[in-house]
Amino acid sequence: MTAPGTPAGASPSERPFGASRAHGAGGGTGSRIPGRGNRAGERAPAPMPPEPHAWDWDAVSPERPLVFIEKQQGAFRLHALDADALALGLAPGMALADARARVPGLIALPHDPAAEAAWLEWLADLADRYTPMVALDPPDGLILDIAGCAHLFGGEAALADDAVRLMRGQGLRVRHACAATPEAALALARYGSDDGGESDSSSRALRTAQKQELPASKGIRAPAQAGAQSPAAVRSRPGLLPAQEHGDGICSLHAGGRGREGNDASISLSPQETAALRALPLIALRVAPDVRHALRAAGFVTLGDLADLPPAPLAARFGATLVERRDRLLGRIDSRIIPRRLPPPIHAERRFAEPIAHVGTVMAVLGDLLGAACAILAERRQGGRRFAARLYRSDGAMRDLAVETGRPVRDPAIVLRLFDERVETLADPLDPGFGFDIVRLAVPLVEALEAAQDRLDGARDRADDLAALLDRLAVRAGPRRFRRLAPRDTHMPERATRLVPVAAGDCPGWDAPEPGEPPLRPLALLDPPERIEVIAQVPDGPPRQFRWRRGLHRIVRQEGPERIAPEWWRRPEGHAGDPGLTRDYYRVEDESGRRFWLFRHGLYERETDGPDWYVHGLFA
Amino acid sequence: MYESSRLHPALRRALAGAGAPMLPRASLRPLGVDAIDRALGGGLAAGRLHELFPREAGDEASAMGFAVMLALRLTGAAGPGGPPLLWLREEAAQRRAPLHGPGLADLGLDPARLVLGVLPDVKALLRAGVDALRCAALGGVVLELGGNPPLLDLTASRRLSLAAEASGVTPLLLRLRGARPDPSAAQTRWQVASAPCAPLAADAPGHAMLDLALLRQRGGPGGFEWKVEWDRDAASFRPAALPGARLPLPAGGYRPAVGGDDGAGDAGWRIAI
Repeated sequence: MTAPGTPAGASPSERPFGASRAHGAGGGTGSRIPGRGNRAGERAPAPMPPEPHAWDWDAVSPERPLVFIEKQQGAFRLHALDADALALGLAPGMALADARARVPGLIALPHDPAAEAAWLEWLADLADRYTPMVALDPPDGLILDIAGCAHLFGGEAALADDAVRLMRGQGLRVRHACAATPEAALALARYGSDDGGESDSSSRALRTAQKQELPASKGIRAPAQAGAQSPAAVRSRPGLLPAQEHGDGICSLHAGGRGREGNDASISLSPQETAALRALPLIALRVAPDVRHALRAAGFVTLGDLADLPPAPLAARFGATLVERRDRLLGRIDSRIIPRRLPPPIHAERRFAEPIAHVGTVMAVLGDLLGAACAILAERRQGGRRFAARLYRSDGAMRDLAVETGRPVRDPAIVLRLFDERVETLADPLDPGFGFDIVRLAVPLVEALEAAQDRLDGARDRADDLAALLDRLAVRAGPRRFRRLAPRDTHMPERATRLVPVAAGDCPGWDAPEPGEPPLRPLALLDPPERIEVIAQVPDGPPRQFRWRRGLHRIVRQEGPERIAPEWWRRPEGHAGDPGLTRDYYRVEDESGRRFWLFRHGLYERETDGPDWYVHGLFA
Repeated sequence: MYESSRLHPALRRALAGAGAPMLPRASLRPLGVDAIDRALGGGLAAGRLHELFPREAGDEASAMGFAVMLALRLTGAAGPGGPPLLWLREEAAQRRAPLHGPGLADLGLDPARLVLGVLPDVKALLRAGVDALRCAALGGVVLELGGNPPLLDLTASRRLSLAAEASGVTPLLLRLRGARPDPSAAQTRWQVASAPCAPLAADAPGHAMLDLALLRQRGGPGGFEWKVEWDRDAASFRPAALPGARLPLPAGGYRPAVGGDDGAGDAGWRIAI
């Protein structure tokens, strides 16, 4: 399943072209522009309508510079720009009117932060295939902790290349760097030097790709992870781009524990890494602008100028934050990323050299993975309550399948059957497309499960069967469809029954009825109670006859009233305010033998002048 | 033709039922009223589909109550010890008239034994029903359906019936909201209506009294009518008492303090509170 805000098949090849643009404007896909070029006329950009959906998406053209704008203090200002716009000398923060004056053909679209955040989330999902530890660095950065993962991809450099290739496949321009700490990787990716830049032609191609797929506001900065062997590689951004805040993506990779030894808090950096870090400008410290200006005024230019100064005087003059940021950047403080989601206790995955395009095969692979996961569960004497599978399609789309069980299980066959049910009942069927290349299974929720002794007579445990049945039914119909009735300590009939999950074990029991008593409570309540016209001998006396659903019922037998006072303590103003009306309940039977539960709403003359009557329940 | 018409009626009945598989004696659950059990050939067949219809729209609660009572007879256990019972309802029905736990308890079914499945549509309900019927851990499955949905055809009821025969779990098909009997694979088809109950003291409504009609029985005679009362404490039906009988006051009922100066203390008053 793709992250919210991204179109279903998010690959460039599958994204619908003209159609999605029309409705995408207002929603989460707002600032994604599908490939254009199949659009005919070159209409002028719409003037400045206030509604986002009124923007003329058709005006977007590959030949004309594109900017995203944001309203700041009543004026539209440029928020993000594509490379063409940057090349023309426009810059973020510039007023739209000024930009229009300079570049008449400018296309301005509203900036959609929600769509951007969703897109970044989706990219993080995409990067999930390298490591479970992925953190976001909004608005355009990802940090991957690849400690212990790099060898699976042939080393840090190969992993970084693969990640960059993947992100470029999504039409992004990516900068990445690897370093020993997340801060260093991020700083190198965002502010590192542009050495080793790409050739002009490639940068041009890249820019085109970005322009087609991604508004300039979405860069991915590949977090730079300084690989041990690789130099603190900073894939340069194309030369045309100045170092603006939004412009291209950053994807920083950081090798978390690399070089961490013993309990020593400091991280050992390679000489190249240290050199690259020392060459970083002060903006990489990400301190407040006034601190930065003060540093500037004091003559500091690069991080290297600060690196060897004693911390105490530095903190006294520029604040403790600066020292901490510096030490984090230089690996003197051990820091970790906070991943988007915790790695599950148990996971298993399989990668394929060739994508598999057959759902049956995927399920078989899932069965194998379940077997492996359940073996681990058995070793740990645990059972899984939730199993989540994620299928990575070769074109970057992802599909999530999850099943939950009412009690911990570790029988692969049972879980696989649930997955089969899930696949069968998907509203949007599993589309292998070009094939899945990774199948990953996680068990995010585990509970203790001791091995159970089978019964000697071979009979199966009834509770187990029932739990398995309810799991299956819940997978198909939805988790909240099967409930148990539990009592609630209240006199209000409509609140007396609550529905709880079947597996909930801590429900109080129901009171057994008094032996010999007739049924005092109806089998079914009407919700809401239905108003009736009642004839009674005296206003506060028992009812004689009533009219309900157009039928006249003459009451032959009745018992009551049973008075139920309103629950004033559930009212916001308590007893002091209006506590609500008292109900007088009557059990009645009409001449044809039907038994009803009626109530008079309000005490005559004390609470109301003309109390209403209602049918509240039906007896068997 | 001529010959068969001269056969002994009992023999003819036996021959008529020869096509259907003979029910093992053990799977017959007596309902507690001799006349009914005789008509059913010993009792209600467990593991077979039974259809329940209300006589009129106003009798739906009685039909629901009858389903609870039959489930209790079939599982043979009142109180908390019995196997769980699955009640499948449509979402609209549960929203309009939710099952009331104390009311179920008043009929003798411990609500904790009940698993309530609220399904979005008939298709989901029937599918869940067939799945549930394959699970022998259940004591019974009540499928509550409104009207005559096209999906509930002979095939669907046959499917339910086959699943039930394999596992021994009894499905009770509760047909409410204007349902008309259609051809089905049901073993028995009942029509339920409420009947005036035997009043308690002070004309208070008493125990549930039902007018039952056995409309049809597979391989057996149909067209019987009985009036029965549900005895919650024994979890059993009993024949209706003769009209006019006044039941004595229950032991735990409400009484005024003995020795009141109006002398009515022991007169069997039932004071409404």
